[in-house]
Amino acid sequence: MAQPEQKPEQRPDIRPAWSLPAGEGDNIALPVEWPGEVTRDWAWGESTGKGVRVCILDSGVDAGHPLVGEVQRSVAVSIGADEEVVVEDDSEGDLCGHGTACAGIVRSLAPDCELISVRVLGAGFTGSGGVLLAGLRWAVEQGFDVVNMSLSTTKRQFAGLLHELTDKAYFRRTVLVASAHNMPVESYPWRFSSVISVGSHEEPDPMTFFYNPDPPVEFFARGVDVEVAWTGGARIRCTGNSFATPHMTGLCALVLGKHPELTPFQLKSVLYLTSSNVEAAGE
Amino acid sequence: MSDELRAAVAAGVIGSQETFRSLLESVAEVSRAIFGAKAASIFLLDEETDELVFEAVAGDGAETLLGQRFPSSTGIAGWVLVTRQPLVIEDVTEDPRFAKDFAETTGYVPKGLMAVPLLHGERALGVLEVLDRPQRSQFSLVEMDLLGLFANQAAIALDLLQRARRAEAVLAESGEGADVVARLATTVGNLEDERREPGLKLIAALEEVLRRNEGG
Repeated sequence: MAQPEQKPEQRPDIRPAWSLPAGEGDNIALPVEWPGEVTRDWAWGESTGKGVRVCILDSGVDAGHPLVGEVQRSVAVSIGADEEVVVEDDSEGDLCGHGTACAGIVRSLAPDCELISVRVLGAGFTGSGGVLLAGLRWAVEQGFDVVNMSLSTTKRQFAGLLHELTDKAYFRRTVLVASAHNMPVESYPWRFSSVISVGSHEEPDPMTFFYNPDPPVEFFARGVDVEVAWTGGARIRCTGNSFATPHMTGLCALVLGKHPELTPFQLKSVLYLTSSNVEAAGE
Repeated sequence: MSDELRAAVAAGVIGSQETFRSLLESVAEVSRAIFGAKAASIFLLDEETDELVFEAVAGDGAETLLGQRFPSSTGIAGWVLVTRQPLVIEDVTEDPRFAKDFAETTGYVPKGLMAVPLLHGERALGVLEVLDRPQRSQFSLVEMDLLGLFANQAAIALDLLQRARRAEAVLAESGEGADVVARLATTVGNLEDERREPGLKLIAALEEVLRRNEGG
């Protein structure tokens, strides 16, 4: 059933403040429990991602695949006859296989996270940029904790709008994890600093990830020869940055499951401090 | 536009479509050969119908696939086009739905495929697919980069082909026969030396006759 766009959740903890009157500093004192050294055990030890809502913005997800399990909600996004955004419950499953693959990777790292599928593919190539934008806007307005995006657009007309949207997500504590390009292509939103952009490394360990000191790609995660869930209950092996991305999404879900108070920039700092190359340098 | 300029533009356009199509076929053939793959295909996005069209095919199925169409945003090629992300998948035959869809489109089911978007500036023009590379070793990021390089070449060739098609369509629609004249000029220009001179004389004589009739 088609639904009107929902109003943003009002979260009292993220109401904007525009200035700080004299003597008010104590009123915004924030309890900080950062350890002297941020280790992987501190970051996500014992976490299963429970309580974290992860959105898969992709081709749909085949719920019930043994590597995916339950999908808490599935919607499809399209643009209606009067150019209005239509978000409706989706029973199509996955039109390609990729969304199911991403969902399976996230669940393999964070087995107890909630999964929400937002399908933004299948309505044709023409207009797909608008659907991508509408799907992302909807996901941000729902206040999901993490959004996995293996999608990008090369159209400059969408760059400004996407930039606004990714900044909005950043301040509303929705972490966007986006696949980078492996070619020198100008595409968005992965190039924006308000998202976590991901490229691939060739190591077989899903928990190995690297911080890239030479951005715009910020992290490298497992993206080569990954066994993934696919449509029809299949398991296949895949390569691409779009499979590295859900590894970082799963890690974000693990960290937020243990430290739900973290903002996107604090989470990115935790990921930096627990990266395989940064940790190794400190040992 | 002067007659001379129009003729010069027409001469540049006529025949280029075939050249750019050959270039595209060459990119598909080299991609297939470099990866030691069974087949390679280049799909062009038809923006008017929102479909992907087989524009060049190297290897298995070349004769039957050219010109075949399918929806632009479904399947693996559709995903790659919409997301602008390359994808390499192996053991695809484990997915019964994929196998059925693919067999209906191409007549055979590959075990693995590499697919990469063809991007030219802001535009996504199509998709390059390389099917059934030998699975002797784990796929590497070096191969992924190589695939990207071929995609750049294919995107340039597709862009040229589309421009040539548009230009030819404009010439044909102009209704002034410029395309016919330009084709004739191209044909004469491509003749061997000993045949070109008589050809030019023949055209000069034809022009003389036409002018005389016009004057009389």
